[in-house]
Amino acid sequence: MESNQNVEVIVPEKQSFSKEWASDQKAFKGVPWGKAMMWIFLVSDTFVFSIFLISYMTVRFSTKADWPNASEVFGLHVGDYNVPLLLIAIMTFILITSSGTMALAVKYGYEKNRKMCGYLMLATAVFGASFVGMQAFEWTKLISEGVRPWDNPFGAPQFGAIFFMITGFHGTHVTIGVIFLFIMTRKVFRGDFDTGRRGFFTSQKSNYEAIEIMGLYWHFVDLVWVFIFAFFYLW
Amino acid sequence: MAADSYDDVAKNKDSIPSLEVPPQDLYHAKSWWTKYIFCQDAKVIGIQYALTAVAIGMVGLVSSWLMRMQIAFPGVIPMEAGAYYQLVTMHGMIMVVYLLTALFLGGFGNFLIPLMVGARDMVFPYVNMVSFWVFFLAVIILAASYFVPGGPTGAGWTLYPPQAITSGTPGGDGLGIVLMLVSLAVFVIGFTMGGLNYVITILQARTRGMTLMRLPLTVWGIFTATVLALFAFPALFVAGIMMTLDNMLGTSFFMPAIVEFGERLTYDGGSPILFQHLFWFFGHPEVYIVALPAFGIVSDLISVHARKNIFGYRMMVWAIVVIGALSFIVWAHHMYVAGMNPWFGFFFATTTLIIAVPTAIKVYNWVLTLWRGNIKLTIPMLFAIAFIITFVNGGLTGLFLGNVAVDVPLSDTYFVVAHFHMVMGIAPVLVILGSIYHWFPLITGRFLNERLGRIHFWVTFIGSYSIYFPMHYLGFMGVTRRYFEVFEGDNFTYSIIGINQFITVAALITGAVQFLFFYNIIVSSKFGKKAGKNPWKACSLEWQTPDVPPTHGNFGKDLPVVYRWAYDYSVPGADKDYITQDTPPSAVANAKAEQT
Repeated sequence: MESNQNVEVIVPEKQSFSKEWASDQKAFKGVPWGKAMMWIFLVSDTFVFSIFLISYMTVRFSTKADWPNASEVFGLHVGDYNVPLLLIAIMTFILITSSGTMALAVKYGYEKNRKMCGYLMLATAVFGASFVGMQAFEWTKLISEGVRPWDNPFGAPQFGAIFFMITGFHGTHVTIGVIFLFIMTRKVFRGDFDTGRRGFFTSQKSNYEAIEIMGLYWHFVDLVWVFIFAFFYLW
Repeated sequence: MAADSYDDVAKNKDSIPSLEVPPQDLYHAKSWWTKYIFCQDAKVIGIQYALTAVAIGMVGLVSSWLMRMQIAFPGVIPMEAGAYYQLVTMHGMIMVVYLLTALFLGGFGNFLIPLMVGARDMVFPYVNMVSFWVFFLAVIILAASYFVPGGPTGAGWTLYPPQAITSGTPGGDGLGIVLMLVSLAVFVIGFTMGGLNYVITILQARTRGMTLMRLPLTVWGIFTATVLALFAFPALFVAGIMMTLDNMLGTSFFMPAIVEFGERLTYDGGSPILFQHLFWFFGHPEVYIVALPAFGIVSDLISVHARKNIFGYRMMVWAIVVIGALSFIVWAHHMYVAGMNPWFGFFFATTTLIIAVPTAIKVYNWVLTLWRGNIKLTIPMLFAIAFIITFVNGGLTGLFLGNVAVDVPLSDTYFVVAHFHMVMGIAPVLVILGSIYHWFPLITGRFLNERLGRIHFWVTFIGSYSIYFPMHYLGFMGVTRRYFEVFEGDNFTYSIIGINQFITVAALITGAVQFLFFYNIIVSSKFGKKAGKNPWKACSLEWQTPDVPPTHGNFGKDLPVVYRWAYDYSVPGADKDYITQDTPPSAVANAKAEQT
């Protein structure tokens, strides 16, 4: 801890509860810039989704018509049976699984296991893409049943509006994530993170930290889906 | 600890701690394009932000001229009611979002943050560059709304539905409102990119010795405002998306069942109050996004030009942070007349009045900094003092309006117009003008012309009081804002017309003198008096760069090491009346500086 003692002299010890945060050079010790930036972006994005969901609740109370019954609207016919929430259960399962593969990719990334990291990134991307695909299928089904942003046959017109807006916004997040997952997968297999090759736009050196930052975003998108799932399909 | 115990350390070079911050790869400009247009140097980006903001701000200024002409001298400039509402709307939106927010955070933030914290640049220069160009795109979209059929929106800057998207409102059934909403959404995206950069640069890229509690208050103000913006803009973004959908797709988020010109519209069951909540959840922090950087900058101006350390630095920092936090729980005081539950009003009145406490701490501390200081009445100092007076004026009327019972009769009168122009229009603008006089020598290496500057200050200061002080009386007389005509009639309206004419003349003069200021900037940047290094004898790091104006990378070969706070002015025992932040204790062994 020699260097710490020197810091003490440059920056005299202070009795203050803000000491740690107010310390020299970095407020979050050992946290790279990109990671800190992603965290703060995610807090900001949390506000976006929270406001979407709060608006959804407000509108659900303000509308005069009855809210559609989720288990009917989102049911799938398997044979003669209407299985409520079947598709959503599969979609949710896939998205949560992709969070697992993402976490493993981060682990192998920091172990510099290029191949495993790449395969797991690829698996995450494929899971994400299939989630978006199933969402497209669900949209198609609802649209074919007559659900529109301005109207729907099941009840309150706000149902369609809110549904397409929020799942659309979340789906856009997933799609952006999938695109970046594929880009990162390519970078992993090419060995960018081992050789420290410079990025095309930023001309900054590549580093396996990028995988973790990608992972933060991906887990966030999953977490948001859990809330959308709860508020839309279970309420 | 006495100062001389530092001595051994300063002599021993090895004792300086190693850099926790990795050395930054900068993209140095290779051509004219990458030097002036797609530049990754935060200083250039800051100037780009400032110039763009001021350019669109001129549209806002001219809008206010036209409005004033219509109110005081109707018919001189032929205008329909709709055009007047378009002017009101665009004036408000441009001034608040595209001028003040962009200028303080994008302009001053980019220019000053890396220099003041001792960084080579923002942490992600490329993202920073994209941030500016997205902002530029937002401005272009905003300007485009002037050229679409029906013109820009005339819904008022608050864009309240249902009227914002019904056909009676200018731009309501055309592209005007859509372009406004899209422009705001694009602005939020661009700002988020820049804002993340500012926050991370301040938190994670400071130079050695620069603790958070040694940051100049300018940085604290910009930092807190940026955090507010990152958390408040999402509300505007979401509200913008939902209103665009209401307008384009016929959804009913904000639109209740409505009969328009005898015709039942397809909307049903939406909540207009929801929009007001979302808008003001953005809108109230927005006030502090504009005010907090001004608080920070003015603290520095006062300290430098009064040659005295800032009074109560820690309390100043905490006051900024507390104001920022409180600003998120006061939004509904803009909605006392919106038909909320009265208990809501009670809660929000309480939180609103609590904000007066940290704000008063700041005002007392500014005044106590001036007290027995060696006050130099330079132009920045004049603007700083003018700011304190104006801010107190505007703040006191805020206490009136924060109370539900007083606000209800004053709502939507000129009293409100006077209040918010004083506190978040004139006050921050005075700081902006003062800080341009202060930092112009750093940007160009030359002073602005002193004589023109003094004319500019006095006309601006007296002029803005001539404009807004009489508006308080208009408000008490019950003159409603946003009315495009005051009808002639009895003696009562004659006095209103007289005051209005006085205000308009004052507004024309005050606006015109800003063009004298632009003339001063253009001429002085070429022919002004040479400033040399650190002309104001300031302590903070931005004046200690090896080159003036600072070049890309800011600090030459080695980053500075910071040993003290930014306010060591008139330290007893020191041979100069200021000790710069990068002066080691051994160099000023006799100075009785306290540790910071």
